Amino acid sequence: MRVTIEEDKCCGAGQCVLAAPTVFDQREEDGIVILLDETPPDDKLAEVRQAIRLCPALAIKVEV
Amino acid sequence: MSVSHDAAAAGCPFHAGRVPDYPTRRSGCPLDPPPELRELRKTQPIARVKMWTGQEAWLVTRYEDVRALLADPRVSADNSRPGYPGANPGMAMVRAKYPSFITMDAPQHPYFRRMLTADFTVKRIEAMRPRIQSLVDERIDAILAKGPPADIVHELTLALPMIMICDLLGVPYEDQHYFHEKGMVIANGKTPPAVASAAIVELCDGYIGSLIDRKNADPGEDMFSRLVVTQLRPGHITKQQLIGIGRLLLVAGHETSANTMSLGLLALLEHPEQQKALVEDPSLLNGAIEEILRYVDAAHAGRRRTAIEDIEIGGVTIRAGEGIICHNPAADRDPEVFPDADRFDIRRDARGHVAFGFGVHQCLGQPLARAELQIAIGTLMRRIPTMRLAVPVSELDFKEDNFVYGIEHLPVAW
Ligand code: HEM
Ligand code: SF4
Repeated sequence: MRVTIEEDKCCGAGQCVLAAPTVFDQREEDGIVILLDETPPDDKLAEVRQAIRLCPALAIKVEV
Repeated sequence: MSVSHDAAAAGCPFHAGRVPDYPTRRSGCPLDPPPELRELRKTQPIARVKMWTGQEAWLVTRYEDVRALLADPRVSADNSRPGYPGANPGMAMVRAKYPSFITMDAPQHPYFRRMLTADFTVKRIEAMRPRIQSLVDERIDAILAKGPPADIVHELTLALPMIMICDLLGVPYEDQHYFHEKGMVIANGKTPPAVASAAIVELCDGYIGSLIDRKNADPGEDMFSRLVVTQLRPGHITKQQLIGIGRLLLVAGHETSANTMSLGLLALLEHPEQQKALVEDPSLLNGAIEEILRYVDAAHAGRRRTAIEDIEIGGVTIRAGEGIICHNPAADRDPEVFPDADRFDIRRDARGHVAFGFGVHQCLGQPLARAELQIAIGTLMRRIPTMRLAVPVSELDFKEDNFVYGIEHLPVAW
């Protein structure tokens, strides 16, 4: 799978970090999303999908 | 209004062919949203309602519609737009005098919000856990020392979120009592509007204004000092705008968290088998807190918005300029998303609830709120496992008329 984020949309709510902590983090200086792993292993798909569902800014996408 | 012979139609104005008043009131279980909304979500999920001003607005009760509208860039949170479905005149005055980003759109909204996001990241809040834990332990020590009965609202839930906000704003310990008292006058729905506005002006222009001056002269380690140094001094924001940020944190972060905590505890005490399960298996805690957020939905007045373009949704057209109320408590009881939604069940997957809203205004303080709730409720379960309600539910005083739902007192025994 390939994960993409749109930093401009992100409002730093941190939902993605809770849902998929090995894939997402937040920048220390402004809380904006950081993609830790653009191509996470397949067993992370459910977590990534959960992050997409929870992200209030619709800033995360995944291609499988 | 006289009582019609057709009880069903008279009971439910949505079926009586007239535009019903909003807000509707709760009846039946005090932790359930008004029962009319359940019916409405089925039959008219996007309905016309009449506000206290006489103005009409759209009331949205289905989960998917609420999320779609709150994330839609054609929907504005700006409360100065003519169609905005405001809550009450006092609120309108205060929000006009101390504008804050909760009622701003892009580009101002992200400009202000991003000044604060660093302080609310999941990691930064994790680092605050030991502080929260020691505050909770101190309070529970005091409760245990005094012995039953104890009013948990007075002893714990109102104080904890207030101290956390004082930490963020760098309010010195000796001023916290004053700050708390004023905050309570403002939040109480029974305070006459004129008294509440006077208290807000005193707290904002008076206290927060002078706090900013003190931080400017002698910055500390707190978030407010950082904003003074990095935003106010270089002229990125005005003093009035910084006061607005302080006010926003106070109104958004105090009663919401305090009342979710006390109502959530009540929900647990009313479901002893779930309380017992949580006492015996602390790994249920984080899920239980999400369920409490969903079930209690303390920000019960709904998310207020205005359409800035025509929007087709669910078979209706919301015209540009019309007001919208996205009813988060109704959405969080949508059975299409949460099976058997009116049942409190700490074992369900309640993540995805809209108790913190949705879209770019979704609660900035949610990591802090979660930490406060997890630590307070988790520690109560561990240290006072046999806790029970000390009075019948019918004797509890619910804050039906407040902008944030809550409970005046929660007497417990053990
Ligand atoms: C359980 C506790 C809480 C609940 C239920 C809650 C609920 C909400 C909701 C529903 C919104 C969205 C408003 C809208 O869309 O119109 C919101 C926004 C906000 N909340 Fe919370 N909140 C809680 C705790 C906190 C805490 C502890 C803080 C900070 C100390 C906080 C700070 C904020 C701020 C600054 C906003 C405005 C965000 C924006 O407009 O971008 N909240 N909250
Ligand atoms: S959940 Fe969305 S808005 Fe929140 S930090 Fe992650 S990407 Fe940003």
